[in-house]
Amino acid sequence: MELTEKHQEYWRKNLRISAILMAIWFVVTYVAGYFAPQLNQITFFGFPLGFYMGAQGSLIVYLIIIVYYATYMNRLDKEYDVAEEEE
Amino acid sequence: MATQPQAQFSQAQFNQALKKYYSLYTGGFIAFIIVLAIAEQLGMPNRWIGYTFLFATIALYAMIGIISRTADVAEYYVAGRRVPAIFNGMATGADWMSAASFIGMAGGLYLAGYDGLAFIMGWTGGYVLVALFLAPYLRKFGQFTIPDFLGERYGGSVARLIGVFCAILCSFTYVVAQVYGVGIITARFTGIPLEIGVFVGLAGILVCSFLGGMRAVTWTQVAQYIILIIAYMIPVVWLSIKLMGFPIPQLAYGYALQDVTQREQELIQDPKEIEVRNIIKERAAAAAAALKNPEASLASQKAAYEKHLEALRAINAPPVQIAQAEAAVKAHDSLETAKAQWEKDAKLAPRANPPKRHAEAFSGATPEARDTARRNFLALVFCLMIGTAALPHILMRYYTTPSVREARKSVGWSLFFIFLLYFTAPALAVLVKHDVYHSVVGTSFASLPAWIEGWRNVDPTLLSLTDFNADGVVQLAELVLGGDIIVLATPEIAGLPYVISGLVSAGGLAAALSTADGLLLTIANALSHDVYYKLIDPRASTKRRLTVAKTLLLVVALCAAAVAAQKPAGILFLVSAAFSFAAASFFPALVLGIFWKRATSLGAICGMVAGLGITFYYMATTQPWLREVFGVTSSIAENTWFGINPISAGVFGIPLGFIVIIVVSLLTPKPSEKVQQLVEHVRYPRLRGGLDTTMT
Repeated sequence: MELTEKHQEYWRKNLRISAILMAIWFVVTYVAGYFAPQLNQITFFGFPLGFYMGAQGSLIVYLIIIVYYATYMNRLDKEYDVAEEEE
Repeated sequence: MATQPQAQFSQAQFNQALKKYYSLYTGGFIAFIIVLAIAEQLGMPNRWIGYTFLFATIALYAMIGIISRTADVAEYYVAGRRVPAIFNGMATGADWMSAASFIGMAGGLYLAGYDGLAFIMGWTGGYVLVALFLAPYLRKFGQFTIPDFLGERYGGSVARLIGVFCAILCSFTYVVAQVYGVGIITARFTGIPLEIGVFVGLAGILVCSFLGGMRAVTWTQVAQYIILIIAYMIPVVWLSIKLMGFPIPQLAYGYALQDVTQREQELIQDPKEIEVRNIIKERAAAAAAALKNPEASLASQKAAYEKHLEALRAINAPPVQIAQAEAAVKAHDSLETAKAQWEKDAKLAPRANPPKRHAEAFSGATPEARDTARRNFLALVFCLMIGTAALPHILMRYYTTPSVREARKSVGWSLFFIFLLYFTAPALAVLVKHDVYHSVVGTSFASLPAWIEGWRNVDPTLLSLTDFNADGVVQLAELVLGGDIIVLATPEIAGLPYVISGLVSAGGLAAALSTADGLLLTIANALSHDVYYKLIDPRASTKRRLTVAKTLLLVVALCAAAVAAQKPAGILFLVSAAFSFAAASFFPALVLGIFWKRATSLGAICGMVAGLGITFYYMATTQPWLREVFGVTSSIAENTWFGINPISAGVFGIPLGFIVIIVVSLLTPKPSEKVQQLVEHVRYPRLRGGLDTTMT
């Protein structure tokens, strides 16, 4: 079938949110990882911050990203009328 | 789970029933631990507690396996696509966390400090990619295997066959390691030899998957997750209470880490420690020198030891010292024994280094060395993440949820359940280090903690302690811990009864069995569904397809056990290599297949081959074991690019895979209208008038 303008917009929104979340993912993983020795100078809850990001901080952010994406997309599905039928 | 699939049951009722069954199950399991704990107090011997845990848990998995038996294809391959998000999350957690995660992870962090966190980040951050780029789309596609998607999207058997090859390559090495892990744990539980333990473990794996395929594997994996997480948490929480006086280890260990850091500084400067490190350094250097010229060294050393012995006898030295000197002379009787001793001593060299600072990122003597360490750390994180998002046994699990919506949520649950263990492991590593630095280092050999005494006699690769400077006091440099001991000994360090040690072993067994199940199913399904049904006999009856699937499962399992029983040397490396292979072969083709309509069949085929090829080439020329296998003679240094370790070879394969797919696709004609429709179809959870690709 032909995709409507609305379908295209749904997909664009999906790409946009994915890009934003990937940027966050990149920062907590690679930027924080790259500067770990510098971050280690800062103390956070008794932890050196660079170590904390690797051991806990990044994991928490990953979890938030995934949960946020699921919530956002499940809402977007309904808004754009592409949600699966409820049982 | 105990009911046969019944149409009149709605999904909501099914969810309710599942929650009820698994709550009862968890309660029952805790009651079982309490009963055993009481039995232990009443005098039940340790060995019997071990047996009880081993057989009770395997019997339990077998029971779930039998209840979940099925003769329906969709039930066999994708558990009927009715697994709710939260349960699929638990099953994925168990599927994901292998014996290495359960037993090895905390130990790896203990030994490597910050650098070990690459595994923690890599093995969790990959789920972000699963959630954003793969799970929902694969669920909408809704078939049975990952090669299914490649076959459909890139039209034809070639893409499918490459997919099958990659899936088997990644999964087989991995499953061999799991079966080996099961063998080790079984052997430790019962005292039977490893070669037999492997086959006992195999029976444990097969009872879960043989009768019920994915359906049985799913429900046993949920049960296994519950056991493994309880087994991991109890000792760590207890240890945290004992050491920090606070029951949440993940919060408390920041202060333990500060203390460890301070203690490291003291130990680096401690004169006694330096003395021991110097003794080790000299001994290693002398051994290395002796090995260069063995015959002459043997004669001169033997003479020296004989002279020493005579001197001792002359002054009437204590019998212990005389016995030691006699042994030293005897060790130099033959060239072989002397050589073996020198080789052993030469390997001491790395122990002469001062202790590594736990929280320090990218240590190295020069700025260049630190830069290389950083590059390798980031490259490893990258490969592990992409690899996580490309391993077929994980992706396959998202075919089993009832909807796209549930698939998205399910990735969140998966990561949550994995997170529970992964954010505890670094805490455990630091807490144990804290204990070792305070209660072991500096104590006299006469009053060692019980767990050190106990494990010292079990296996020198797990724990060895030598009084190099003969001062009767433990220096850190005299103690060597193997990675696996950290988790295995935690119950004893925390002062818990033996029943908890049995529980930890049961947890390790659950972790190994559940991962092995998932992998075995992936391999057997790739062969039975993708090769047999799709390529050889597309008109096969349901009954015949299931017979073939189960036969292949048995064959693959036996092959894996046969390989594991050989104790192959490179197995540990191959497991980590599986991540680079999966990342370089699957990830670019899958993601571009969904996000870029223009990706063509030839592009994907070339990209997968190129990505896998370069990854393999880099490993084969830089990894010692593979170099030996392939007879590579040029030096490692000239084959190394940017100082990257072979384990992260995927860092070259992944970008190359993407580039090749894009370039070749642009050079070949656009994919057909049908393929473009398929791409649109997977992008929208519901598209009116769209295709229906769901396979039942």
